[in-house]
Amino acid sequence: MSTLSPLRADLAALSPWIPEGSRILDLGCGDGTLLAHLAATHKVRGYGLEIDPDNVRAAVARGINVIQADLDEGLSDFADGAFDVVVMSQALQALQRPDAVLAEMLRVGRTAIVTFPNFGHWRVRAALLAGRMPVTPSLPARWFDTPNIHLCTVADFEVLCQERGWKVSRRALLDRRHRGGLAIRLLPNLFCEQALYELRAG
Amino acid sequence: MTNQTGSVGVVTPQRFVFEQSLQLDCGRSLPHYELMVETYGRLNAKASNAVLICHALSGDHHAAGLHAPDDKKPGWWDNCIGPGKPIDTDRFFVVALNNLGGCKGSTGPTSLNPETGLPYGPDFPLLTVSDWVRSQARLADRLGIRQWAAVIGGSLGGMQVQQWSIEFPQRVRHAVVIASAPELSAQNIAFNEIARQAILSDPDFHGGHYAAKGAVPSRGLKLARMLGHITYLSDEAMRAKFGAELKSALPAFNFDVEFEVESYLRHQGQSFVDRFDANTYLLMTKALDYFDPARDAGGSLLAAYRKASARFLVIAFSSDWRFSPARSREIVRALVAAGREVSYALIDSQLGHDDFLMPIPQYHGVLRAYLQRAAEEVA
Repeated sequence: MSTLSPLRADLAALSPWIPEGSRILDLGCGDGTLLAHLAATHKVRGYGLEIDPDNVRAAVARGINVIQADLDEGLSDFADGAFDVVVMSQALQALQRPDAVLAEMLRVGRTAIVTFPNFGHWRVRAALLAGRMPVTPSLPARWFDTPNIHLCTVADFEVLCQERGWKVSRRALLDRRHRGGLAIRLLPNLFCEQALYELRAG
Repeated sequence: MTNQTGSVGVVTPQRFVFEQSLQLDCGRSLPHYELMVETYGRLNAKASNAVLICHALSGDHHAAGLHAPDDKKPGWWDNCIGPGKPIDTDRFFVVALNNLGGCKGSTGPTSLNPETGLPYGPDFPLLTVSDWVRSQARLADRLGIRQWAAVIGGSLGGMQVQQWSIEFPQRVRHAVVIASAPELSAQNIAFNEIARQAILSDPDFHGGHYAAKGAVPSRGLKLARMLGHITYLSDEAMRAKFGAELKSALPAFNFDVEFEVESYLRHQGQSFVDRFDANTYLLMTKALDYFDPARDAGGSLLAAYRKASARFLVIAFSSDWRFSPARSREIVRALVAAGREVSYALIDSQLGHDDFLMPIPQYHGVLRAYLQRAAEEVA
């Protein structure tokens, strides 16, 4: 059987937030790495949604329950409160309507865990000050070929949560080495590169 | 048995005789029946590596390989079944049969009715998908297979897979439902009704007793198949294949074959008449129409699938409008709501419903990946 490969840093950071044995929906599950890992370490059960056919095949090959779907079409296949946790990692900024998908996550899940790159990071600001669209380790694509159409800063995200009445129950703001630190604690929106949030409906 | 690479080689169909009466959903019973069966690969010592292939409307037991070395055409799903193919006969023992009511050797309308000594014809009982599954379960008993590693089928075959998972949950590890639906739509039933009316209104039908009269309702059966063919292909595929091309330079202003697509449909219709029985066609379309596991579970598909315990792989094709992806999504939605294990793949395709028989790389890739794991589980 397949052995577990090391998790991407943001996935490793959110894994401890997943309750043992929970029912989980992973939006944009890729090749199923996170679900396979959580099934082995946290005995979770659930499904991944994925749009890319090669990833669907790879997830099937891992023995993951993967459903080929477009997140922008919503989660109408799933009942209210069907999951303990709905996870979406690094997909928020590529959606047509991130706010609508977040609302859907909180409809079908008791909690929603989201990770995204912070567009308020100083590297981004520095690039814009120099008059160029940023190309950074977190955002490696250029303006014309990027899949990221709805980038936001940590501050923007928290304003949205406040406006919609979503409760932030946990947050982790990480630098490029996926660690926290004093600089991030003092000026999170300037020094955080990867943001992790756990939300609950208000 | 020869074994060339990728092919199961030359295969010989086997006849299985069942003397125990089979009670049917219509209220009647068959005191005795026979099934024509082909098998490929080897059953392992634990009898855990068996895969059942369920055929669609016009399929039969000849799913893979050749009947003679110089056969021009292999079995109907030869591109998917064989050594190293997605349904890998180096790992699985594959069983394909001609369903009850068929016309390729299994007991059906062309068989002799033991009570009269004449062909059953229209007196052969109408069957349901559940009747088929129960007859297949007896075949599994006979072969010493307590649990299928996988039951696989497309279209009407996918309905048998669903029925297996609901009616015999402990006997199915994996259920692979391809280009299918949880029940027919009104539009689908309407197409079937037109096909049936074409046959029933043929003067050579003789109330189904055409064999006794030495007649063949070929016009009706041909029309039924022509109609079916249109629904198995997408608009784009027909346009690409035929366009609106005239066979000659100018219109002839008559009702002869003038357009390429007319020529194609007439050829398909005629070749079908030569290999298929009209009463079997009527029976198969009725089995499609009757299939509705939700009805059997108090109107709830979710309740039906709560009975299942298999893992599911559901596959749909983007260009299929006869059994559209939306219908497969209904199956997936009900399985998720019932808490069942399910994966779903939507294959980007051009041809239409018939794509489930095509070796599309994305399709065969996901099927292969799924079945490799299934094979490891039972090895």
